[in-house]
Amino acid sequence: MDLTPIWLTLRLATVTTVILLLVGTPLAWWLAHSRARLVPAVEALTALPLVLPPTVLGFYLLLLFNPQAGLGAFWLKLTGDTLSFSFSGLVIASLFYSLPFVVQPLQTAFQGQGRGAMEAAATLGARPLDAFISIASPLAARGFLTAAVLGFAHTVGEFGVVLMVGGNIPGRTQVISIAIYEQVETLDYAQAHQWSALLLAFSFLTLLLVYGLNRRAAPRVG
Amino acid sequence: MARLEIEIRLRLGDFDLRIDEAAELTGVTALLGPSGSGKRTLLRIIAGLERRASGHIHYAGEAWQQPTRHLPAWRRGATLLFQDVRLFPHLNVAGNLAYAAKRANPERPGPDQAEVVGALELEDLLERQAQSLSGGEAQRVAIGRALLARPRLLLMDEPLAALDLDRRARLLDQIAGLPARFGIPVLYVTHAIEEVARVADRTILMSHGRWTAQDETSVILERLDLPDFTGGGATGALLRATVAGQIPEFALTRLSIGSQQISVPAVTQAVGSEVRLRVRARDVALATRRPESTSIRNVLEARILSVDTENDSAYAEVLLDMDGHHLRARVTRASASELGLITGQPVFALVKSIALDGRPIAGEV
Repeated sequence: MDLTPIWLTLRLATVTTVILLLVGTPLAWWLAHSRARLVPAVEALTALPLVLPPTVLGFYLLLLFNPQAGLGAFWLKLTGDTLSFSFSGLVIASLFYSLPFVVQPLQTAFQGQGRGAMEAAATLGARPLDAFISIASPLAARGFLTAAVLGFAHTVGEFGVVLMVGGNIPGRTQVISIAIYEQVETLDYAQAHQWSALLLAFSFLTLLLVYGLNRRAAPRVG
Repeated sequence: MARLEIEIRLRLGDFDLRIDEAAELTGVTALLGPSGSGKRTLLRIIAGLERRASGHIHYAGEAWQQPTRHLPAWRRGATLLFQDVRLFPHLNVAGNLAYAAKRANPERPGPDQAEVVGALELEDLLERQAQSLSGGEAQRVAIGRALLARPRLLLMDEPLAALDLDRRARLLDQIAGLPARFGIPVLYVTHAIEEVARVADRTILMSHGRWTAQDETSVILERLDLPDFTGGGATGALLRATVAGQIPEFALTRLSIGSQQISVPAVTQAVGSEVRLRVRARDVALATRRPESTSIRNVLEARILSVDTENDSAYAEVLLDMDGHHLRARVTRASASELGLITGQPVFALVKSIALDGRPIAGEV
């Protein structure tokens, strides 16, 4: 059994989750606490991937990745590689696709704790970043866990966007979901069975972990 | 002592806060006003938590707010004690205390953890989780945490609101002792006259987003319009008395007010210690001759300083002097006229009931 698609999927999901946590945390904090008029618009943009068909997202990303112009051309000049049909392109696509799954749990967690604890920390002499790390983050621990697990799992389960943006290049863009698709197309049902069962088990265990931890953590942090 | 200069504006809908005043903060200064007067908002502005306010704030020579520059809360050294306490729920009591101690400015003098733990009786709480504490315990921890931050100014926002009467009295004692013990001025927001009488050296009156007056607490508490600032309550006076001795057979304590003495149901304070008495005007009756055969034991010789009649009401408020100690009596206008009460006249004040150190003393005395 060729395990390359599994490793590729895990790598994609890990890289995407790490970047999304780094980018999504300040974005979620801003959405949770800003009074700017821009907030609803940014909130709507962030949530778009939840309702948009993956093909629509994939189509626009393909336009964006066009090696003849804009970001695509810049990337080609910078790295010598195209964004379309490459691992880097998949990462960028996944960042958009999984963004709401990371931002929304974080935003909910930040909103839930209010401003009270951060204000108390400030009057005790804690700088904003210090207070964020020492107070807001631990209080949002459940939110971070949920965000990381959902972001990771959702990236693993991605199909439509990957197919449009990355195609089906073994070792480069062929993730598990695409590999299963190909196995079904080529009537390799035995292999498709194995991998589908693997994904099913993974997804179930992941969600079990999230709900289980949320329940156990509830009385302490809530 | 530190000078607080405020020139601030804040409009929030119908609410308009506009203050251009200065105060010398020493000991405990009360900020007394009805709810909606803006006292809590002002406290948040001073702490640096309300960025919408415009103007200037200077404290002890340092610019905390200027039109172009807003010194962030964490750099002001003004620690705010919130009404809703706000201990960090993910840390235990020791962790909450250490959080403040670690971030305290080491160049500022201040108490160390052992002193604070001792003063506020926190020893048995150190390992407890913040959420498992009772209201009184949590507020004591919050005070300890605030002190360990080594603040230059301690702001308190109705810190006793969530506590029962007994615990209030004990915590009030501890708060009253803080400035002398740790050298930190306290600005204490409340709408309770009894708390002001107990802890405050000076009092600032606030209503409708303005500072209406500031003075010695005893002067403020004699004001006729005081009920306007407390949303009810009553006029009265604050007396400083000294414990003169005990009368064990009747369970009474003798107190000296100037050259005169009164007796109250026994209190535990040591002989020679000072206590504060709040006497409401409606609990004081007047006589032009020393009354005999009365159940009221406390009859004080006084001289009338002023008689204020309220035109539309049946009452007159009489301000009395006893060798510099003031007392206020509320009598009907009819009585005032019948007795012919005038300024300078000697009278006898019959005191029916007294509150001692913020705690009401039950029954007739």
